[in-house]
Amino acid sequence: MLAKRIIPCLDVKDGRTVKGTNFVNLREAGDPVELGKAYSDAGADELVFLDITASHEGRKTFTGMVERVARELSIPFTVGGGINELADVARMLDAGADKVSLNSAALRNPQLVADIAGHFGSQVCVVAIDARCTDGKWECYLNGGRVPAGRDLFDWARRVNDLGAGEILFTSMNHDGVKRGFANDALARLADELTIPVIASGGAGAMEHFADAFRLGHADAALAASVFHFGEIPIPALKQYLHREGICVRL
Amino acid sequence: MKVAVVKYNAGNIRSVLNAIRRTGVEPLLTDDPAELASADRVIFPGQGEASNTMAHLRATGLGEVIRSLTCPVLGICIGQQLLCAHSEEGDTPCLGVFPELRVRRFRAAEGQRLKVPQIGWNTLEDISSPLFDGLHAGDFVYFVHSYYVPDCAEAIARTTYGGVTYASALHSGNFYATQFHPEKSGAVGERIISNFIRLCHD
Repeated sequence: MLAKRIIPCLDVKDGRTVKGTNFVNLREAGDPVELGKAYSDAGADELVFLDITASHEGRKTFTGMVERVARELSIPFTVGGGINELADVARMLDAGADKVSLNSAALRNPQLVADIAGHFGSQVCVVAIDARCTDGKWECYLNGGRVPAGRDLFDWARRVNDLGAGEILFTSMNHDGVKRGFANDALARLADELTIPVIASGGAGAMEHFADAFRLGHADAALAASVFHFGEIPIPALKQYLHREGICVRL
Repeated sequence: MKVAVVKYNAGNIRSVLNAIRRTGVEPLLTDDPAELASADRVIFPGQGEASNTMAHLRATGLGEVIRSLTCPVLGICIGQQLLCAHSEEGDTPCLGVFPELRVRRFRAAEGQRLKVPQIGWNTLEDISSPLFDGLHAGDFVYFVHSYYVPDCAEAIARTTYGGVTYASALHSGNFYATQFHPEKSGAVGERIISNFIRLCHD
């Protein structure tokens, strides 16, 4: 049976992970490769590395980091941040990434999704969508949630599904950072309407929230950052909990 | 031990090279027929679309080179599918190393919904091969695919998705193949690659 996936997300700036961590026995907690290995050993099913560097130098450092991750990790990983054109995708795949995630670039140029799928296959193309619900209406946002895109979440998700995206990574801005659970109603609608997997993001604060994202939100995978980085939810304990709840996970 | 990886126009080859290196062996990436023919092990990896990759293998003559190999060969993902007789993807005649096998696309059962491609970790059942030494039924491996080989006599592992139990690994003579990606399947996958490199072969 296909397992529900648990995906830690690491923010990387100038080649270093930004958020603090409670991992012990790491030579260097700020090293994305060390941290990635620790998560992999703990049972993470995939990893996401988000480049939050703005500078050209930082981007080069990130590419080097991707090469090191690919050499040392034996689980799939996605890279995001700064993917604006086909050449960026080629550079990340050449460095050894399995998938790239694009967000604002897809909203600005939807054809990029079709181009990536055509050149490298749908499985490479994760479209990340940040959306906020206001008065019952879900709207997509650009630029890390700063600029409203004027597009409805469900319309946009169907569009990128049809353009050839391989997966949707949906972050609810209403739920992100609040730690009171994922946006399960919107998730369930996405998961039921789309023909590609949906990754839930934004809102994890307790182990029950993951179970709800799978059971109520019908998500195929769940992504979180701080609850993992700060050791609030150890991945082995989370997986054991989900298993006891009757949810299929890789143990 | 010379472990060669077939160099062609498919994606994901670097991951396979990295995984072989993690087992302590330095692989040779090559499309040279003589190098492939003299290798002790050949891995035929990849991610891609059947008709394009087959067209490339025919145009370069690599397809015939792969068919004629006598050492243990491991096809991975599209590598497995191309070793079959035919793929529904692009209605493509393939290499026919497994002459009876035809690759089909996942379809939702009547009235059901099914996400295609299958992406993620699924279990291996009915494992029966030295390729899986040290593994157990129920171990998880990583899949990304829209097409599959129906259950068959050549199956050395089975997996179920969307109500279909299919052959997730194959063996016949010196040819082995996996639909999943051992190079992305954590410790289980590393064991499979290591087992393949250490297979006894007479």
